[in-house]
Amino acid sequence: MRALTVSHYVKFFTDSFNYSILWSTIVLGVKATILCLVFGYPIAWICARARPRWQTVLLFLVILPIMTSVVVRTFSWIVILGRQGILNQIVLGLGLTSEPLRLLFTELGVVIVLAQVQMPLMVLPILTVMSKTDPNLADASRALGAGEWRTLWKVTLPLSLPGVIAGCILTYSASVTAFVTQTLIGGARLVYMPLHIYQQAVGANNWPFAAAISVIFMVAVLVIVYLLNLLTRITPSDAEV
Amino acid sequence: MPSPHASVDWESLSLRFAFGALTAVAVVFLVGPSLIVLLTSLTASQSLRFPPDGLSLRWYYALLTADQMQQAAWTSLVVAFWTTAVASILGTAAALAISRSQGAWARVFDLLFMSPLLLPALAFGFAALVFIYQLGLRPSIAFLILGHVVVCVPFVLRTTLAALTQLDPSLIDASASLGAGGAMTFRRVTLPLIGRGVGAGAFLAFMASFDNVPVSLFLADERTEVLPIHLWQQIETNLDVRTAAVSGVIVIVTLVLMLAAERFAGLTRQMR
Repeated sequence: MRALTVSHYVKFFTDSFNYSILWSTIVLGVKATILCLVFGYPIAWICARARPRWQTVLLFLVILPIMTSVVVRTFSWIVILGRQGILNQIVLGLGLTSEPLRLLFTELGVVIVLAQVQMPLMVLPILTVMSKTDPNLADASRALGAGEWRTLWKVTLPLSLPGVIAGCILTYSASVTAFVTQTLIGGARLVYMPLHIYQQAVGANNWPFAAAISVIFMVAVLVIVYLLNLLTRITPSDAEV
Repeated sequence: MPSPHASVDWESLSLRFAFGALTAVAVVFLVGPSLIVLLTSLTASQSLRFPPDGLSLRWYYALLTADQMQQAAWTSLVVAFWTTAVASILGTAAALAISRSQGAWARVFDLLFMSPLLLPALAFGFAALVFIYQLGLRPSIAFLILGHVVVCVPFVLRTTLAALTQLDPSLIDASASLGAGGAMTFRRVTLPLIGRGVGAGAFLAFMASFDNVPVSLFLADERTEVLPIHLWQQIETNLDVRTAAVSGVIVIVTLVLMLAAERFAGLTRQMR
């Protein structure tokens, strides 16, 4: 390194190929986070109300995937999602479609697998906040005539928002950086930022450009984490109402 | 209000049913893949068809002669062992210092040590490689372990900090006023009380190191090939059934280790 230059950053932002990769990585993270939230919130809700023994069993099952080697997990999804995979055998066997579904090497496939892998990162923070919340508040809401759904919407959900945001931050940052899952399920044609960095660093041996992409990617992750964090500061005042 | 009880019950039931159903689907979704890989690995045929054509342990026997795979597994175990040892000591020390200090520096260091959890590990792996070359050195197993330590310390730091916040400071004061020195207080009072937190963190660090791809990708070479990378290459090139058998072994060992960690360190409680 002899002189400093910003040319690699200029190169990144002048080639639309680069920021289409950045954009699709961000979109991928958002989709996986939403899927995690849709399933993760109910899990945490059920868990918070379960007896201690069942709570442990449920949590154990939730943590199981994140503890199992990521390569193994991804491998099992290849067996499930492949052209002659289990899912296609079921779908074709039931006559739901005439052609095998294409899930492997698609964004949908990557989102599904990411959601399975990152689920605990969503469930655990929500559960932590929920179990610290005074159960009398929900009881009071019901005693004042609000139904369960209304209580969920007006009391439980706002109070658990810090947990939801923490969960979203963790799932999001884990999903956008999940190199193994993205590469094995997405294949070579779906390029996301981590693979882009790897290809530039190892494939093209262009270290300065790979470094520039790394920095841009890290900043992009941090900006979104920061924005989500800002929400935490806004929410408590709402929750107190 | 006409019969409020009936309507409240219906609401409660519908919510419970909706959330219960979503949880049930999620549990199948979470556990299913591990079960399927176990069943696939027991196939008697040459293919990864599901359901298997017949059950046998032949692919597990085939592992006994898979030299490269065994070598990779051994390297992974060695790296994970040293990573866990170093990360546990550093993580505990950092947690002790951070929990004692109220200053802004403590929060900065906390954030710094936790950052590998949020930032892309691949970028760190690449940066570490560039750094090693800038120093005029070459990647080696020691650097591989150090790289793993950086990404595994957050697990120990987090569980130990959580355990320290539950620790009653008056116990430390009592120990000191009874004449025990700093080292003695740490060994006889602090460590036994935070031991489960450190233990759970060490377990998580071990699993994270054994599983790590992004850092190993840059810092490992042919001599130090680790199991996840070896498996990955197997999956990308030829999907052979031995891969399913190794996966089966990993799933079972993970399950056994998790049950042990739950029994001795209260894993599910430590992770909350």
